[in-house]
Amino acid sequence: MTGMVEIDDVRKIYDGGFEALKGVTLTIEKGEILALLGPNGAGKTTLISTICGLVTPTGGHVRVGGHDVITDYRAARTMVGLVPQEINLEPFEKVINTVRYSRGLFGKPRDDARIEQILRRLSLWDKRNSAIRELSGGMKRRVLIAKALSHDPRVLFLDEPTAGVDVELRRDMWEIVEELRADGVTIILTTHYIEEAEAIADRIGVISGGQLLLVEEKDALMQRLGQKQLCIELQQSLSELPEALADFDLDLCDDGASLVYTYDTAAERTGIARLIAALTAEGLSVRDIQTRQKSLEDIFVDLVHNTGNKEDAA
Amino acid sequence: MNWTAIAAIYKFEMARFFRTLAQSFISPVISTSLYFVVFGAAIGSRIDQVEGVSYGAFIVPGLVMLSVITQAISNASFGIYFPKFIGTMYEFLSAPINFLEIVMGFVGAAATKALFIGIVILGTAALFVDLQIAHPLAMLSFLLLTCLSFSLMGFIIGIWASNFEQLQLVPLLVVTPLIFLGGAFYSISMLPPFWQTVALFNPVVYLISGFRWSFYGLADVPIFVSLLAIGGFTVICMGVIWWIFRTGWRIRA
Repeated sequence: MTGMVEIDDVRKIYDGGFEALKGVTLTIEKGEILALLGPNGAGKTTLISTICGLVTPTGGHVRVGGHDVITDYRAARTMVGLVPQEINLEPFEKVINTVRYSRGLFGKPRDDARIEQILRRLSLWDKRNSAIRELSGGMKRRVLIAKALSHDPRVLFLDEPTAGVDVELRRDMWEIVEELRADGVTIILTTHYIEEAEAIADRIGVISGGQLLLVEEKDALMQRLGQKQLCIELQQSLSELPEALADFDLDLCDDGASLVYTYDTAAERTGIARLIAALTAEGLSVRDIQTRQKSLEDIFVDLVHNTGNKEDAA
Repeated sequence: MNWTAIAAIYKFEMARFFRTLAQSFISPVISTSLYFVVFGAAIGSRIDQVEGVSYGAFIVPGLVMLSVITQAISNASFGIYFPKFIGTMYEFLSAPINFLEIVMGFVGAAATKALFIGIVILGTAALFVDLQIAHPLAMLSFLLLTCLSFSLMGFIIGIWASNFEQLQLVPLLVVTPLIFLGGAFYSISMLPPFWQTVALFNPVVYLISGFRWSFYGLADVPIFVSLLAIGGFTVICMGVIWWIFRTGWRIRA
């Protein structure tokens, strides 16, 4: 089965010699939501721009719906909608006109009913006759999405769609993304908000230094790399860790009132039972126990940090 | 060919023009009237006739060319520079359109606006002088070719410009002097022989000469040379635009 978007060994070296993409290969299936995570300058926007026609790749191939984005650009681009990172809009134009214009640019005939549907879905219908400069930042971002959806794309690229928007609007956006997925739209989003990737993505790709470090199912990724922490609240505080517990990966917290045990959920033995036995043998009474899952943010920071260290060492 | 996209760009650009229709209409009427007052009445009263044509009527083709050229350049350069400036260029690059279609939309709209201004000026001039058009078809052809070629040139300037100062640089420092020195307000034959030869290196001379011929049958240079000049200029502009879009110069990373 071929993917909706196929990226094959894509490289990009800018005129100044900066290598923004170092051979990225990735297949995105129809109807999935892929989140691309990465620090600033990782190559996220260059990758999206290459797929959408804004940047000419130095090497490699990209196909959308089986159409090469260079040799068969019309068919490929007709399927793609792009919501850019920056709020780039005609300040003096009316909302409805700018959305109609985008539909026209993609070669679709005027369809007022469809435009109304899109504007209503994005809560922009009441603002349809407002000049764009009169809108708030969040509303402008909705206009960008409306423009990208105006020609009914099958693949939607969202480049940092919720950067600088409030929590309520962010959650609205997530709902919109979920509705689009229900319609069978393939969605690729870049984000700095790991919470966002955690909340809506099916798969997560981590990109850093122009390389795709990994792409995995979100749940599998969290399970594979996920570590858990066991917080043990003691009846009596400890001034220092007893010798008998030195073998365990333990930290003393809350002025000695709690012990935090970090363990790997994927390991054959977690060591919890052995730890509890050791505590009992030491005569320590437990008041409460709770576990905490390592967040995607922790995983991401570890991954990018470790890669950076390896590159430094090399 | 994505005709829907061409029409979308054309209509969008024309809508900008129609939003400021009063300004677009009044401004050329006032400036043309001022030229007639200054050149036609004040100076023209001291000049009897130029090759059998009253001075007021003689300057009409030059006046039309002056406005049409500057309007074509400014409309086309601003039209394509503005999306670059505000960042909406990404839409053209990500849409299923090729560069010829983008040019057709922008240059078509800029040429239409310039043509509108040209017709308004002709209408205004008719209020001041007895306007004769000896070769209407040739006049219309020259007008259309001028609108088109200088809109193409404006498009190139808009792509080249990195800021608003550069956008004004070529029209102010190159085009306007060439028009004023190109025989807009005088016949080249009125110059001393040496300057007549120098004037022949000014491409605008051929344009104004040909255009004036279509009105009064008077020309500084043979009409076919004028046609070749404007035709050649159009082809050069098209070639430059073809190269720009082929290489993505100042457009695509």
